[in-house]
Amino acid sequence: MRNVPLHRILTSVVLASGLLLSAAGQAHDKAQAGRVPMPVHTIAQGEKCVEPTSEMRRNHMEKILHQRDRTMHDGIRTKQYSLKNCVNCHADTKTNSVLGKDGFCESCHRYASVSIDCFSCHTSEREAQAAAPAATSSTTRALNSGAKGITKP
Amino acid sequence: MSMNRRDFLALGGAAIAGTAIAPGIRLIELAQARSPEEAASAAHRWGLLIDTSKCQDGCTACVDACHEENGIQSHGRPATDAQWIRKVTLKDKQTGYVESLPLMCQHCEHPPCVDVCPTGASFKRIDGIVLVDRHICIGCRYCMMACPYKARSFVHEDTTGQKTYNPRGKGCVESCTLCVHKIDRGDGTTACAEACKKEGHQAILFGDLKDPGSEISKRLASQPSQQLRADLKLNTGVRYQGL
Repeated sequence: MRNVPLHRILTSVVLASGLLLSAAGQAHDKAQAGRVPMPVHTIAQGEKCVEPTSEMRRNHMEKILHQRDRTMHDGIRTKQYSLKNCVNCHADTKTNSVLGKDGFCESCHRYASVSIDCFSCHTSEREAQAAAPAATSSTTRALNSGAKGITKP
Repeated sequence: MSMNRRDFLALGGAAIAGTAIAPGIRLIELAQARSPEEAASAAHRWGLLIDTSKCQDGCTACVDACHEENGIQSHGRPATDAQWIRKVTLKDKQTGYVESLPLMCQHCEHPPCVDVCPTGASFKRIDGIVLVDRHICIGCRYCMMACPYKARSFVHEDTTGQKTYNPRGKGCVESCTLCVHKIDRGDGTTACAEACKKEGHQAILFGDLKDPGSEISKRLASQPSQQLRADLKLNTGVRYQGL
């Protein structure tokens, strides 16, 4: 102890307390992981998407692009990768839209600074008739209220 | 009994296909309702038959229904508002006889709008419906100039209130889709035909031109009809009677 200078001891104490504080902060607010702000959005319903989350995060645009040509040119209107289906499930329960500051699409796209062109033509709002039946079927409701809960980002 | 297994099965299959389930409904017709996974097919060609003698002057039920169905909103500027279907009034100058008819995309077999499109956005679907793929449309408006029926519109202003099945936005050309979303759903009619029927005029008939048993084919085969600008040899999918 005699050999260690005082300023070294002080530095290590400051660093250690800093680490402890940041750990506490992380636990307190997951969205503000340390100094890096993360996009915040709510997932309104459903336990899982049509593909695993990691796949959808990276490749959702490819899937929609592929589906768009099949629908437009061949008249194939399957629901799985349709933009309409995305919006019906992911639209905010309050605003009824995937846009807006905390909207499912816009929050991430704004964070990543990638513009979305889809909604200059497509409506960002959920279908009026699809609001209740398609999304909140008994299965979905059971999953929502069940122990598993909803997947958070 | 000399019939082998294969002959027996073939005979059975033929018998089932020909069996009538109920008067007017056969198994073969039931199979025509398309599932969402199934692509549109060349076995159909969708079209309209418009009887101008039944079309009422001053009635705009078809126009209103079309614009309601497809989410076309007016900005109060008729010169630039999108117009998928319009009423045209014709007057014989010698006799003074006035007739009225709805005019929309004629869904040509050889569409000039497709010929001139530089990007491939204007295309004809395999079942004869002429459409604009707004994903590829650059808004050059060549197709509008090429169309002899002035059926296409350019969207000049920001759009709101689009229908989920009919996305539309500023900078693209659009026109009558023959209610393609309804056809794919299997409704078997268009918004304009439905509205005209509801109004009691029945001037617009929708149907499959390739199905000899459809009402439209039967009427076309038994009554006189004509194409607008038949001289252009575009073989339109929309035909007129009583002109």
